[in-house]
Parts: sequence; C-alpha cells; structure tokens
Amino acid sequence: MPDPESLTLDSISLLLVWTAIAVYLLAFVAYAIDLAQRSVRRDEPQRVPALVTAGGDTQNTGDERAALNEVRTRPGQRQRLLWARIGTVLTGFAFVFHLAGTIGRGLDAGRVPWANMYEFALTGTLLIVAVYLAVLRRYDLRFLGSFLIGMVALLLGGATLAFYVEVTPLMDPLKSVWLIIHVFVASLGTALFAISCGLSATQLLQARRERRASGKGGEDAKRSGLGYLRTLPTAEALESLAYRFAIVGFIFWTFTLIAGSIWANDSWGRYWGFDTKEVWTFVIWVLYAGYIHARATRGWRGTRSAWLSIIGFTAVLFNFTIVNMFFKGLHAYSGLT
Amino acid sequence: MSRSLSDPLPTDPSRPADHIDQDEPDAIASPTLGPVEWLRWGWRQLTSMRTAILLLLLLAIASVPGSIFPQRTADPNGVLQYFRTNPDLAPILDGLQVFDLYNSAWFSGIYLLLFISLIGCIIPRTRHHWKALRTRPPRTPARLSRLSAHLVADVPTKAEDPAADAAATIASAAADLRRRGYRIERYDTARSWSVSAERGYLRETGNLVFHASLVGVLVAVLAASGFSYTGQRVIVEGTTFVNTLNDYSSFTPGRFVDGTQLDPYSLTLDSFDVSYVPPGEPGGGQAGDFAANLTIRDARTGTEDTESVRVNYPITVGSDRVYLLGNGYAPTITVRNSEGTVVYSESQPFLPQDSMMTSLGIIKVPDGLPEQVGLVGFFYPTQGALDTGAFTSVYPDVVNPVVTFNVFSGSLGIDNGVPRSVYTLDTSGMTQLTGGTSGAESIQLTPGQTADLPNGWGTVTFEDASGGTNPLAAVKRFASLDIKRDTGGPWVLAFATLATLGLITGLLVPRRRVFVKASVTGDPDEPTLRLEYAGLARGEDPQLPDAIAGIRDTHLAARDRPSSQTPSQRNSR
Repeated sequence: MPDPESLTLDSISLLLVWTAIAVYLLAFVAYAIDLAQRSVRRDEPQRVPALVTAGGDTQNTGDERAALNEVRTRPGQRQRLLWARIGTVLTGFAFVFHLAGTIGRGLDAGRVPWANMYEFALTGTLLIVAVYLAVLRRYDLRFLGSFLIGMVALLLGGATLAFYVEVTPLMDPLKSVWLIIHVFVASLGTALFAISCGLSATQLLQARRERRASGKGGEDAKRSGLGYLRTLPTAEALESLAYRFAIVGFIFWTFTLIAGSIWANDSWGRYWGFDTKEVWTFVIWVLYAGYIHARATRGWRGTRSAWLSIIGFTAVLFNFTIVNMFFKGLHAYSGLT
Repeated sequence: MSRSLSDPLPTDPSRPADHIDQDEPDAIASPTLGPVEWLRWGWRQLTSMRTAILLLLLLAIASVPGSIFPQRTADPNGVLQYFRTNPDLAPILDGLQVFDLYNSAWFSGIYLLLFISLIGCIIPRTRHHWKALRTRPPRTPARLSRLSAHLVADVPTKAEDPAADAAATIASAAADLRRRGYRIERYDTARSWSVSAERGYLRETGNLVFHASLVGVLVAVLAASGFSYTGQRVIVEGTTFVNTLNDYSSFTPGRFVDGTQLDPYSLTLDSFDVSYVPPGEPGGGQAGDFAANLTIRDARTGTEDTESVRVNYPITVGSDRVYLLGNGYAPTITVRNSEGTVVYSESQPFLPQDSMMTSLGIIKVPDGLPEQVGLVGFFYPTQGALDTGAFTSVYPDVVNPVVTFNVFSGSLGIDNGVPRSVYTLDTSGMTQLTGGTSGAESIQLTPGQTADLPNGWGTVTFEDASGGTNPLAAVKRFASLDIKRDTGGPWVLAFATLATLGLITGLLVPRRRVFVKASVTGDPDEPTLRLEYAGLARGEDPQLPDAIAGIRDTHLAARDRPSSQTPSQRNSR
C-alpha cells in the first residue's frame, strides 16, 4: 500500500483495479450460484413469448428459432434469475472501477493505456466486459457470466500481479498513431473471440447433453449432463450466436493484421517479416478462417467447428501471454525485464 | 439451420460438393474410374471445402515452428547461435528447412495448394454469380409453408372483385420490397398472386472479391519481391554514404535487381539526436527521440536537402525509403607505430550489447606494425563495475566514457582475400597480448588518453571527437540505416483493403429470398384474402424472421391505411 504522501494517480488507478478485481470475483460467485440454481430448478423455465411468430413445419428450424428468441430478449422480458441479476449488477460496478482505473492509468501516463503488457491486459479485459455488457442489452447471455467474468478476474488479477510496471515514457517505435488503432482493434477482436469461445464451449456441453437426451429419452434424460444446460438455448442456437461474434471478431482481426503491417512498414521497413508475433497473429487469422469455412462445410458444422473456435481463442491467449513473454521477436514491448 | 430440409431450390452447382448448402450426396456404387475421372475426382477433392479447411489448419500448424526456431531472414544471428548450442540437431532441422521455414518447399507447397484450391473454387463461382446477377428471382414455390420463415395473415377483401384486390395488394408488396432493395418478379396464376424477391447479391460479390483479393495479395508479394531490394548501411557522424552497391554494409537484391541501377544520391549524417530518461525516474536510462539528421545530395537534380529520419517516420529519397534501424557509438581510435607514424585512424562503430550501450568493437591493423594486430574493444559510455569486478555501462549516455582493449597479434585472416566482417575477429590464429590469461592488463582509455601497445610496438589513442571542448560530444555516434525499394507494397495494401471490404460485405450482408403470396379463400359469398409471407436464407441470416415480420407489418399497415376499416387479422404460427 502506498503511503498517502505518494498517492499518485497511478497508485489510485492500481487501487481501483484491485477493487474491480474483487468485485469481479463477487460477480463471478453470483453467476456461479445462478448456474447452480438453474441446475436444481425442477420445472422447465418459463419460456418468454417469442417475439416473432415463426412458422414452418420442419421441427428443427422451429426449435432453433424458439431457442434463439429466448436468447434474444430485451432486458425487461427475461427470466427472473435473482443471482444472475446480482452478478450483472456487480459486473457493472466492477466495470466502472475498472474503467476508472484504466483511465487513471492513461492520464498518469499521458497516452493511451495500452502500451505494455499490464496496460494491454487492463484495456483488453475492460473491452471484454464492455462488449459483454453491451451484448446483454440484446441477448440474454448471463449464462456466460461465470465463464467470462471469471476469466476476466483471473486475467486482470494475474496481469496486475505479474505484469505491473510503473509508468515509463513510450519507447520510440510505439510513438505512432497506429499504437492507438492497431492495439485497440486487436483488443476488441480479442473480446469478441472470448465471447465466441464461451458460447462454443457451452455449445459443446449442450450438444453432449442433447446427444445423451436423444439417446436415453424420458425423465432420465433431463437429469443427464449439467443441469443448468436445460435452461440454455439449444446447441444449434449457441453455435449460430458464437459464429456471429466470431465473424465480427474476424473482421477486426483482419483489420489488426493490416494495420499492424502498415505500422511495421513504417517502423521496421517491411510490412511483413514473420516476426514471432506476426506469425501468431497470422496463425490465429488462419484458424478463424478455418472455423468460418468449417461452419459452411458438411461434417464440420457443429462440434468440430466449435473446437476450432476454442482452439482459436486459446491461440489468442497464447499469443498474448506466452509469445509476449518467452518468444524472441520485435514486438518486445511487454515492459517486463 | 438445416435448410436442406426446406430448400426447394436446386443446389448451387458452383459450390463445392460438401458445402453446407448442397444436398447430401446419395450413396452410390462407385463406378470404375479412368484416368480422366481420377483427375476430375482429384480436382473435386482439392477444391472441396474439407480440403480447404485441412489446408488452412495445416498452414496454421506449419507456421508455428517459425516462431519457435530462429529464422535466417529475421534473426540470422539466432540461427548461428542455434547451430553452436545444438550442433547435432541443427543440421537435421536445417535439412528440413526449418530455419528458412517460410521459403521452404513444404511451406510453399501448402500455401500454393491452398491457393490453387481457392482459385479452383472462385472461378466457377464467379461464373455462376455472374449468371445469377442477370437472372430474375425464381418462381414462387407452391407451398410456402415449407420455408424456414413463414407468416400468414387472413384479411377480408376490400374490393368487389377479390382478384383485383389480391393483385393490388401484391403490387403494393412488390413496391415495398423494391424499396427495400430487393429484385422482384411477379408470378400470378389463376388462383394466386405472388411476388418473388431476392436481395443480397452483394454477399456473394463480397465473398468472391475477398477470395480474389487474397490471390491478388499473394501475386503482388511474389511479383514484387523480384524487383525490390533492401540494403543496410552504418553511417558515422560526419561521414557520407554514396548510394552505390559498394558502399552498402549489406545488400539483398530481388531476383531482377543487379544493383547497377541505383538512384544516384548520397547521404551525410550531420548529427544524431537522442534523449534519455534521467536516472532515478521510472524508465531511467531509456533512450528515445532518435533522429538521424541527414544531408541528402541528389546527383540527378543537383539539389541538396536536409531531413531527419526518425523511428516510425522513414524518409523518401528518390524512389527509395530510408529507415532508421539502430544507433550506437563509434569511438575514434588512432594507432601509431613505434616511430609515431599513424597506421590506423578510424571512428569505428561499436555494436551495442545491452540497453546501457555497453558496446563491442574490433580494430584491425593489418599493416605498419611488426605483426598484424587486432584489438577487441569494449566501450562503456558510463563506466561502472559489476560485483564480479567486470566493467559494465550503467547509463547509456556519455558521462564517463571508457574504452578497453584486448590486443591480439598474428594473422587477421584477411590476406587470402576472404571477406571478413569488420565487427568480428577470429582470434584462433592469434596470440593474446593483453587481458584474459595473457598476464598483461587490458588497455583502458578515456577520451584524449593514449596507452602503449605491448612489446613496444607503438601506441593506441582514444581521440576526443570534440577536441576537448565538449565532454558530451567526445564520442561520435553512428546511425544504422535501412534503405529499401518496395514496388509491391502499395499493391499489397490495395488488395488487402479490397479483401477487407469484401470480407465485411461477404460476411455481414444477408442474402435472402422473400415471397409474398395472396390467394382468395373462404366462402365465395364472403371471400377472404390469405396473405403469406415467406423467407429463405441463403447463407447465414439470423435476422430473417425479423425481416419477414417487418415486411408483413409494413404491408398490412399499408393495406389498412387507405380505408378506416380494420380488417380482422389472424396470425397463424
């Protein structure tokens, strides 16, 4: 703890970040309780009246539409899930602390707060939460809360412990407008990929439950797998949603790649040089390109494409952590020594 | 969305057979294949979606080792280091082209196959899309209820003649659809009136533009590499670089560049600016605001110009771009023989070894002394000592500059004409005279000082570059410049931008068919109009149900508007 005399903007920022982490943890707990309560709930959840009456006598499409509509509800029309609501309120509070901490860091540094690993973790996780909260206005994705907010708390806590560095002046190569654009869009893409990954993972669980349920049938099937899955959309609806986040993330990632190349051309004199970070950004791009193709390929849609989405996001995390810290390359801006 | 169940339309012949929009292939007994059939089969395999995915995944996996093992193009010293530390493994990996991974036969093989597969996919699709662009929307299916999105509204007829009312209401639906950007076609029969509409051709256009642009990126990269070149040059303050092949420290030409056609200009490094974060502050000692202040003389125009090259801000000279890549110190060293004659005097660039600019440099004196002499020097801009007693630099600016030398005598290995780097000294055929195990102290000098060489061979002097007037300018600096011509860059950027635009439209623009049908039903005395609204997604289209509902609402509202009468609406599911 800094003594009051040396209470700088950065130490206030750090305090805010720790507060945010603590509140995120509480939100995570609330969301976890919500999932547990969904599991024990005996009756089928009350279905919200579908916004759109959709026809068609094919049973598949009818089911999927209903499930999708269940995800796509305005905040007023949702299932009343007390603990999920508490989780979201806590997430909102934590987000405010997090945002204030990030802005404080930026003000203290006098530049965008994403110029080293600590700051990038700060902004990257902030964007994950921001995108999650924004998406909640349209889709009821609170079942992802424990995954996303848990991950954010873990990443933010880990980054603050392991990557925190004092504010130092920017190194010359980072003094560029592309720092603002390239890194910000990369973080935004990361946030979307994170949500897509969460949905894909849920999809895998749900698909397994559905497979079992169709195999056994009857009352027995309802108890198979994780209980809360019964209250979630179908695997197909989850997949379709995951895909939508992934394609927007992919567009951002493509832009990141191009913006990075333009910057590299100014900074290092070539737009592409297979620097380790460039390689991994490319690998991620190719993995998600594979995912998008898999979605359109018979035999690959469903479980296989979901795995690709998860592998893609694992590569994103790997790129941010392991590649930054242990791989030799030109993107040596972690600020760690 | 398993649309194969509800898709009443013929499958798209231009798509790969395993595309999700295609029908499941029937299990058929395979006939015996001749060579042509085998070729066709192979081609179909190569252009299938499955192959594309596998090649993409293979490309991703194959790229990874290049981030683990040092690459000759990005990190040549790392490769040498790897060979030293893993003498057994390195040659095997080298045989697998792991150190030149991205130019390797197998990596090239993967991406070339991928691009062939890609081209094999986009050509028939382009042809098909071209036709589709000029085709009218298809006939309205008989049973719209089979489509994935389907809404029904029964309304009373408004006119005496139900048929006229039906035709009019379809006309209004058609007008609305046209306003929404649909291409429309009326299909009326004796008992039903309908409009068939299609939109989102831009989706396929974007898709094709994206894929074609990727081919464009690859072609631009490969084509331009032959006409591009890159060269490095280290310039010490006060010296001049002339843009000829001989004056480069290293030069990497493309296949069609012979280095005789370089633009005639010269660059003089007038000064090199750098600022430091003061010690004690966060990031103390960090250097920044590098600027190489150059005088540029262009022999063709006869003009003289001054410009600063900074990091991130290269300058353009002729058709070349000049980048600032590195910098360091170039202490001015003079060696005299025992008679006092100068046998060596140079500002020799010393290469930085750490962030505090502890720098390593080599002085080679081939002639003028009894034997050939090599000096291995360390330069410390601000000398300090480690706990072990070894010197190190503790601050990167010139505060307490010291240079130390170990003296070697013997053969410098330059007599047989083999080119040797000026930054390394092969001491294997030499005798160490000072430092190390030689028993004699290393030579240690501050600016202006002179020391004796061993054996009374002469003296070595660390010249004060400012002539003693300015301690901060006692040591010259050098800038390492990268000079390059890249003819392909703008093309690559243009194709990449086009690819992004294509990607955005190809992924986000929904392509859908919409049908609105009216039929007269009910009691002939009191006929009602049955209005059907149906939609068919072509590709991902999560908004389809909303879109159909929107079309219905607009249509029914328009129908209500002219009269005050409120028709009873019944929405079936």
